[in-house]
Amino acid sequence: MSDFLEVVLRCVLVLGAFMTLPLLVGQMEHKAMAHMQSRVGPMKAGAFHGWAQLIADGVKFVQKESIVPTAADGPVFRLAPAVALVPYLVAMVAIPLGPFFGQTNLIGIDLDLGLFFVLAAMSVGVLGSLMGGLGSGNKYSYIGGMRVAAQLMSYELPMVLAAASVAMAAGTLSLTGIAHEWEWWWLIAQLPGLIVFFTAGLAELQRPPFDAPLADAELVMGPITEYGGMRFAMFLLAEYAGIVVLAALTTVLYLGGWAGPWSDDFGWLWSLLKIFAVSFLVIWARVAYPRLREDQVNSLAWKVLVPLALLQLTLTTFVVIL
Amino acid sequence: MFGSGLFTGLRVTMRNMLKRSVTAHYPDVEPDLPPRSRGVIALQEENCTSCMLCARECPSWCIEIDSHKEVIPATTEGGKDRSINVLDRFDIDYSICMYCSICIEVCPFDALHWSPEFAYAEGDITDLTHDMNKLREWMWTVPAPPALDAGAEKSKELAAYEASLSVEPVAAPPEVAE
Repeated sequence: MSDFLEVVLRCVLVLGAFMTLPLLVGQMEHKAMAHMQSRVGPMKAGAFHGWAQLIADGVKFVQKESIVPTAADGPVFRLAPAVALVPYLVAMVAIPLGPFFGQTNLIGIDLDLGLFFVLAAMSVGVLGSLMGGLGSGNKYSYIGGMRVAAQLMSYELPMVLAAASVAMAAGTLSLTGIAHEWEWWWLIAQLPGLIVFFTAGLAELQRPPFDAPLADAELVMGPITEYGGMRFAMFLLAEYAGIVVLAALTTVLYLGGWAGPWSDDFGWLWSLLKIFAVSFLVIWARVAYPRLREDQVNSLAWKVLVPLALLQLTLTTFVVIL
Repeated sequence: MFGSGLFTGLRVTMRNMLKRSVTAHYPDVEPDLPPRSRGVIALQEENCTSCMLCARECPSWCIEIDSHKEVIPATTEGGKDRSINVLDRFDIDYSICMYCSICIEVCPFDALHWSPEFAYAEGDITDLTHDMNKLREWMWTVPAPPALDAGAEKSKELAAYEASLSVEPVAAPPEVAE
């Protein structure tokens, strides 16, 4: 196969994953959340248990008028949804899914600095919410944007520290390398790191219980208050793409990626299975826990997660030296 | 223990997820309503004497009644003619009705009843005024009164009726031999 064709094929595959996996997670959220609240969730769209609900939602969003408030900062307001969405697509390029029927690793492009690249891309995604908040010309959006900024500042550090601990244990920043080096006892040795990484990831995505920037009871919808139609849909898609990226990263770093029986053929399936399990945990946390207050959000980051991450880093250092 | 609430939250939501949901699938499945639910007021037109008690007692003035007198000639020679009221109009405006049930309580002849029928929404507010033909149709949906509790006292009317059944019928006069 020529190099050019291979690049095109990989791009199409990543784009396909980007368009389908977030929708699957979204549908899972619809149904799992409903049943956790003793409801049934969407039942009509697509005739069988509302499987086509998100497609119907998409069609509805496309039809809606695109409005820019007069008080808004036009270019920033229009650009924000793209800034929120595209980084997750970029991040997905560098995340490995594992061997595909004995073929090479299923990945967009295998970077030496994969971990660094993905974490950097994920932080850019948060800037979309910040831009939406500051560019909407609305006080609720503005306060939401400020909260996004505070949250980004607080949670970036523990997330990077926890990821650094894994990279140190594996001795590489390449995501395929980390997954290759993974040993089962890391589940225990890296457990605090796993908890810190997952929690900080939730906060970075502004998912409940860390959705103080959105806080619909006090801030309407935070940074995305003024958005509607396709732009709102892009923010929504960015949220679910973010869940997929976070789950995939957690899988690769802490859960061994494609490790599992018959992983030479079905490694990619193991990865997907773990990704959906972690995504389920994200949804579960949303249903089970009430929203943290803004000061609680920040004190959790600085008083609990950062010390825990530093402790993990120290522990890993000793393990590596010994 | 500190932090045990986190696990309680997860446990409760997981238990809910594994149980059957409690959603009522209304348009597909008709709801199972309690026997005395207040859906709509039905009119047993034959029982109505146009006494106007319901219309007067209605706190929101949603009942309108028109009637005329009809004379039933005496059936026996020299007897007295009887006159009865016949309904011309009996309208209830459900856009005003507040479902207080006072008209039903006050009706001395059991002409008004609660029907559990609830799906009578209209596109226009004026269409919510229903005439006696419609109210009479709803009468068919009125359920039989719920059975009394075990050991409860019988209603006086029923007790009187049953007492009348237990009286020995008067013996037929002996046949006179020819």
